[in-house]
Amino acid sequence: MTKQSAIELKNITKVFGKVVANKNVNLTAYRGEILSILGENGSGKTTLMNMISGIYFPDEGQIFIDGQEAVIASPKDAFKYKIGMIHQHFKLVDAFSAAENIVLGLNEGKYDLKASTEKIKEISSQYGFEINPEKKIYTMSVSEKQTVEIIKVLYRGADILILDEPTAVLTPQETERLFSILRRMRDDGKCIIIITHKLHEVLSLSDKVAVLRKGEYVGTVITAETNESELTEMMVGKKVSLNIDRSEPVDPVPRLVIKDLDCIDRNGIKILDDISFTANSGEILGIAGIAGSGQRELLEAIAGLQQVQCGEIVYNDPKTGKEENLRNKTPMQIRDLGVRLSFVPEDRLGMGLVGNMDITDNMMLRSYRKGRSVFLERKGPKDLAQHIIEDLEVVTPGASTPVRRLSGGNVQKVLVGREIAAAPTVLMAAYPVRGLDINSSYLIYNLLNEQKKKGVAVIFVGEDLDVLIELCDRIMVIGSGRITGTVDGRTTTKEEIGLLMTKTEQQGEVQDE
Amino acid sequence: MIIQFICRAILLGVPLLYGSTGEILTEKSGHLNLGIPGTMYVGAISGVVGSFLYENACGNDIANMNPFLAVIIPLVCALVGASLMGLIYCFLTVTLHANQNVTGLALTTLGIGLGNFLGASLINITKSELPSIALTKTSSFFSAKLPFAEKLGWFGELFLSHDFLTYLAIVIAVVATIVLKRTRVGLNLRAVGENPATADAAGINVTKYKYFATCIGSAIAGLGGLQYVMSYASGVWSNNAFGDRGWMAIALVIFALWNPSIAIIGAFAFGALCNANNYIQGLGTETQELFKMLPYVVTIIVLIITSMRKKREYQPPESLGLPYFREER
Repeated sequence: MTKQSAIELKNITKVFGKVVANKNVNLTAYRGEILSILGENGSGKTTLMNMISGIYFPDEGQIFIDGQEAVIASPKDAFKYKIGMIHQHFKLVDAFSAAENIVLGLNEGKYDLKASTEKIKEISSQYGFEINPEKKIYTMSVSEKQTVEIIKVLYRGADILILDEPTAVLTPQETERLFSILRRMRDDGKCIIIITHKLHEVLSLSDKVAVLRKGEYVGTVITAETNESELTEMMVGKKVSLNIDRSEPVDPVPRLVIKDLDCIDRNGIKILDDISFTANSGEILGIAGIAGSGQRELLEAIAGLQQVQCGEIVYNDPKTGKEENLRNKTPMQIRDLGVRLSFVPEDRLGMGLVGNMDITDNMMLRSYRKGRSVFLERKGPKDLAQHIIEDLEVVTPGASTPVRRLSGGNVQKVLVGREIAAAPTVLMAAYPVRGLDINSSYLIYNLLNEQKKKGVAVIFVGEDLDVLIELCDRIMVIGSGRITGTVDGRTTTKEEIGLLMTKTEQQGEVQDE
Repeated sequence: MIIQFICRAILLGVPLLYGSTGEILTEKSGHLNLGIPGTMYVGAISGVVGSFLYENACGNDIANMNPFLAVIIPLVCALVGASLMGLIYCFLTVTLHANQNVTGLALTTLGIGLGNFLGASLINITKSELPSIALTKTSSFFSAKLPFAEKLGWFGELFLSHDFLTYLAIVIAVVATIVLKRTRVGLNLRAVGENPATADAAGINVTKYKYFATCIGSAIAGLGGLQYVMSYASGVWSNNAFGDRGWMAIALVIFALWNPSIAIIGAFAFGALCNANNYIQGLGTETQELFKMLPYVVTIIVLIITSMRKKREYQPPESLGLPYFREER
């Protein structure tokens, strides 16, 4: 007997501007089955699911629900087809109780919270949720909030559930509980689609795995018939040659030594766990990992923007040879110590530059404390702005244009230019080429290489494994806030890094070359 | 004397209650309408203009006046005038995403200016010697009391001797509380004010809710202005006599923790505080001014206590004052 598919995608294509987010994706999911969608960051998983849940509309292709062609133009349409999506970012009203959030926007006759509460309790006991419908959202843990989101979808009668990286915010115990609930739903005949990039979760939970790579559909395999290395290969693909010049490091000496660093985020979850590594001068140290594995917190901890629970951040001053501990110092204190630390944060206009100020003023953010006059010294920053515009070929009407009006690549050039102009001894760059075209990207790579030749210790957080392998001397891989391995950029392969990225439990000690 | 003091406090408190009930509804939709003082002022002058025209049409003879029309005409005028103010505010802040604080303050300035202009014009028409217009006939209809109230002694005076707008204010506040807490419309409205993106995703028409909440809120606030002229001031309009009651109504919103029912008690408490100086003997003029600060001092104390308690129910709606763009998710 052939099973009727719950949802089927045929040749789905979605383009944002020039970027192809999804290209000819074919996918089929059945009732009573858990389908995992696996792919790297930016492989188009979330875009695809957003098209099923009505947030985006596909440019090409068709969607079939229960064998019938369906047009899903809005979240309301999706709800009509009994599709429910649980987003990574919860859509809940904090000041409301769970029950109020669940019934919000529904029109089911009389407004009766008591009756709704009963129905919520019924759903909860059916699938094994633990929830107090009267509890306010703002007093809830992340896992409880997620439970509310899932019940919200079930309350509306959804039988095709899409979960976008549901485990990213959960502890291992909470993840296990969620999985047992999902299995129960599957046995109840619901179709469950889960987006993830954690291989071990895919293997333990799903019946089938569909793999996407750079927006393209690679294939679907039955979980029982596959293994980690096959999936990794499907996910990362073959190596692409990029031809980035990579010179040998010139007499590297330890510049920044991190020892046993621990960090806790706002929700009390351990975001960095026992991180130890050394960044050498004249070397590019790459940091690879799934987004949100602690890269941001690590760089911010070094830059003095993130409180550290324990551990040490030791800086070796190349001039005096003195050692300074930077742990829990403010950026200003770090600067006053004579540590020349430059930081290109991933949030360019949020943390790096002030969007409404012009290029000159943004240069001044680093030099406003210079000079003794009451008035600011504008000449230096203005020359520097002009210098950066010429050297880095920033496309702008002039140095007095607000940076907000520049394109992403040009904004990044301004930021990197300013940080390099500070003549750093340590340069940290988080996703410096994100959203940039090929030429701008190469310009940034060359800038980083130049700094390396000058003896700067460069720390590069990247997402494109091909670039990391071509550019970096050593690549440190982080998974769930722990170092899962450090490899040599000259000898490693994408598969090796891919496996390390998806590995959560630490195996063996961190190896330094 | 105590009874008299309480009655006076209630009379003083009613305009505040209208103003803050209206403002609470508006703020629950996420809009901080600082135009409330202007809106109340416009409500008052609209009512005055309406009743002025009606009194003139009846030849200034109370015998010719229909009690029903004498009440309903100013009432409708006040509601329409105040709603128009709300509509302007909505168009600027909801549709054009203008800054709410600036828009509100501008509307207050506009409303008071407009009120004074119309007031001065009417005074001009009557060629009165005094800088005021007396609508005592209309006022007598507004402040009509229940006939049997006087027979019931202190009880009658305390609970039954007020004008109908006082009872209406309490009814509106109670109804508003019930709507906010116990109906689907109220739930949706609160969701809009707390998190418009979530409300939008849940299929709630955010713009519609904002418009309705602000316009209805403004209309209610306008009644406060009308009650002030017709009952408190016995139908005598003079420019700027309304004073800072509008601001006090906004302070009362905070005092009431965004709950119209608490605003009832709060309004009367504010009324009592404003009035206390008249009942304490031996106060100099300067001390009297100090007494007038009391409502604001109490509001600041309430603010301090509620922010220390950190309970979200007692905090302003989360996206109060923030414009909502659907595209900016």
